[in-house]
Amino acid sequence: MTSTPTQTPAVATTRPWSKPAYRLLREAGYTQFAYVPDAGHRDLIELAHADPGAVAVPLTTEEEGVALCAGADLGLTKGVLLMQSSGVGNTINMLSLIAHCQFPFLTLVTLRGDFGEQNPWQYAMGRASQPVLEEMGLICLRAEREEDVVPTVEASLGMVEPGGRAVAVLLTQRLLGAKKF
Amino acid sequence: MRKSSELTRTAALAAVVDDPDRYLIVCGLGTAAFDASRLTGNGANLFPIDGAMGCAVPVGLGLALARPERQVLVMTGDGELLMNLGALSTASAQAPANLSVLVLDNGTWGLTGGQRTHTAMGTDLTAVAAGCGFPVALTVSREAELEAGRAALADDSRLTFVRLELNPEDPEPYPFERHGPPIRKRFRDALAAASPSAP
Repeated sequence: MTSTPTQTPAVATTRPWSKPAYRLLREAGYTQFAYVPDAGHRDLIELAHADPGAVAVPLTTEEEGVALCAGADLGLTKGVLLMQSSGVGNTINMLSLIAHCQFPFLTLVTLRGDFGEQNPWQYAMGRASQPVLEEMGLICLRAEREEDVVPTVEASLGMVEPGGRAVAVLLTQRLLGAKKF
Repeated sequence: MRKSSELTRTAALAAVVDDPDRYLIVCGLGTAAFDASRLTGNGANLFPIDGAMGCAVPVGLGLALARPERQVLVMTGDGELLMNLGALSTASAQAPANLSVLVLDNGTWGLTGGQRTHTAMGTDLTAVAAGCGFPVALTVSREAELEAGRAALADDSRLTFVRLELNPEDPEPYPFERHGPPIRKRFRDALAAASPSAP
């Protein structure tokens, strides 16, 4: 899969940080965008689908995305996992692959169960997400405001490569806004 | 109750894989890791997984998408695949022509005491793969079918699934490297050396 970013695809985005963050990922060599959809990731998903130099991989469960990113690394490219906090619990076993082999790894997680959450079902996994990720060895960087997102993604990229770490960028509910469902 | 297979595990595996060097190989945990390690002589083209049950197909998919110029073979057991059947849907949605999945289906969780798996209770993994959209999905259960299995796996024009139906017996253990960072480095270094255009 080619890794050279040509230009950011002409996709109408809903958030000001989406295109700059996507461009940072592409320039850092990310070619595989694995996802279980979430409204907070909608722009990045559409950008990846529209980008001939990248591949967008819809998953049936988030754990596949962790393993897919490990395979991308074995294939000398990079993958990123886009998921929401309700899927973090699904990834735990596969994060053992990341931890055991010390794969560099990046995931962007949209958090629920926080600032203004109205759906009581979202609290349990939303509240557990950061501790679970940290227990599995990931470093979590939180973005609380729109102006935080691009610098946080940029910081995470260096920690993954050359830093060699597994990093989760947490896109918080304060940043994204509480959903009505 | 499953019928007995006329195939001998090690010989059948050698026949369908034929030339291990033509593939980048990802194996699933347990007895499949013994088989793959024996078959390749612990080759650097093998990433021998012995944990993270259910990861073999998605790891192979990420690898196949990353290196479309190389043929990728996932070798795994029925128990390992059963843990993540959704990965067959995900692979089929991408349909990389350079990915082949070989399931060593002996209907048992071998290393945990030989308990019967779901394939010994009615699940047909070939039908599952076909239902998930694999353009080629076939079962090899007889000597006369080994050549068709070999040709399907080696076919680099279509995503392929082959189920090798085996008797419920385990292969002899075979030693392989279990430390993670060295196997990652070994695999990537060998691939980079064979891929002049790689980053």
